[in-house]
Amino acid sequence: MSVEVDMDKCMHCGACVGTCPENVLFLNDLLLEVNKGCIDCELCVKVCPVGALKLRGD
Amino acid sequence: MKPKAGGKIDCDVLVIGAGPIGCTAARFAAKNGAENVLVIEKRQEIGSPVRCAEGVSLSWLEELEIDDLGDAIKWKVKGAKLYSPSGHKMTIGKELAGDEVGAVLERDVFDKEMAVLAAKEGVDFMLKTTAKDVIKENGEVVGVKAENMGEKFEIRAQLVIGADGFESQVGRWAGVYDTLKPSDIMTCFQYRLSNIDFDPEHTHFYLGSVAPGGYLWIFPKGEDKANVGLGLQLSRLDGNKTPKDYLDEFIEDHEEFDKGQAVDMVAGGVCVDHPPDSVITDGLMLVGDASRVVDPITGGGIANGMKQAKIAGEVAAEAVEEGKTDEEFLSRYEKRWRKRLEDKLWRNYLAKEKAMELDDEQFDMIVDALSDQDLDELSTEALLKAVADKHPELVESFKDML
Repeated sequence: MSVEVDMDKCMHCGACVGTCPENVLFLNDLLLEVNKGCIDCELCVKVCPVGALKLRGD
Repeated sequence: MKPKAGGKIDCDVLVIGAGPIGCTAARFAAKNGAENVLVIEKRQEIGSPVRCAEGVSLSWLEELEIDDLGDAIKWKVKGAKLYSPSGHKMTIGKELAGDEVGAVLERDVFDKEMAVLAAKEGVDFMLKTTAKDVIKENGEVVGVKAENMGEKFEIRAQLVIGADGFESQVGRWAGVYDTLKPSDIMTCFQYRLSNIDFDPEHTHFYLGSVAPGGYLWIFPKGEDKANVGLGLQLSRLDGNKTPKDYLDEFIEDHEEFDKGQAVDMVAGGVCVDHPPDSVITDGLMLVGDASRVVDPITGGGIANGMKQAKIAGEVAAEAVEEGKTDEEFLSRYEKRWRKRLEDKLWRNYLAKEKAMELDDEQFDMIVDALSDQDLDELSTEALLKAVADKHPELVESFKDML
């Protein structure tokens, strides 16, 4: 699986990017890219200050 | 300097990230003789959007060779007030004056000022330019793959400086360090509230379960406006509640803030780890938040990062002049910045680890015990010494460092 980003909530702060243990997230200015390799650890879901990320299918 | 698709740009020193740390590293590289210094920044505007609570001391300006911060200082405070969960209060800094006082910045203005200082030394800037990967040859970092306005190209440099913040990609692409533990990550949310009633002559810190594993801050930006935010330890987050939810609850419970209007929202992550074993590799130095030198107690990254960036810039100039950018040569950067900063970072890390264990009752006890003390110095050190006086058991693990 992987995570999905609610871009309506995302504030492009990068908290998830620095937290991701697999380095699959990338903040490209105003776009948060989710690349291959997600291990569903959900740390990015938890660290997001505004709750913009969730596991795909949740 | 205009990139062409598939083309190549060459420079002596390449800095990734035009925050104040990247700009300062570039400034001191150029000032000390590096001729071709380039800073790339992925945003279209240096300093924006702000990701900062903006409270700083000003004690480092002279060391950083900054004469005047002009409009970048929005407000000055006389001291700080600490609040325990049940409302005990202590005040720090009754007799402060001049540069010892705390300041609250306009970070977007500050960041641009730092860029201007670098530009005056001859540093080049490219905005809206993103590093997508580091280029390594024979194990040495020799540049980055970059994109600017849809054009893909390479930037080659004798030396790369990664100043790309908490979410540093450069350090991880180059394999300099591991990922962070959840207990060393703070997740933060802040409003800039206007039209509020509060004491604007002090910064205010609320401790305990209002912000588990962290604290809630109020940093004045004027008589009736302030940055009101909090940072929570990632491993202490409760279920599905976000930092924003925690802050909204605090504001709803405090009429003096609830009447205010938010004119700005800020989110971000902060690393409160101890310094990593290494922040260099062949051809690369990391600096600032990207090298994890944020103060683990306060979460402040500007002062440490600026001091470290000056050293990085000086070593970068030496490296370019001597044509040596291998890890062995760059170890002089490690030695110098660690001499300047490392003891205090470790002490504050150990203090943070201790503070993480405290519950609301213990915070009440500590603040109550300190409430009759007059602390004149607005510093973590002064506070820890006062705690050591009343509760030596709390500082046992780092008492030799006080």
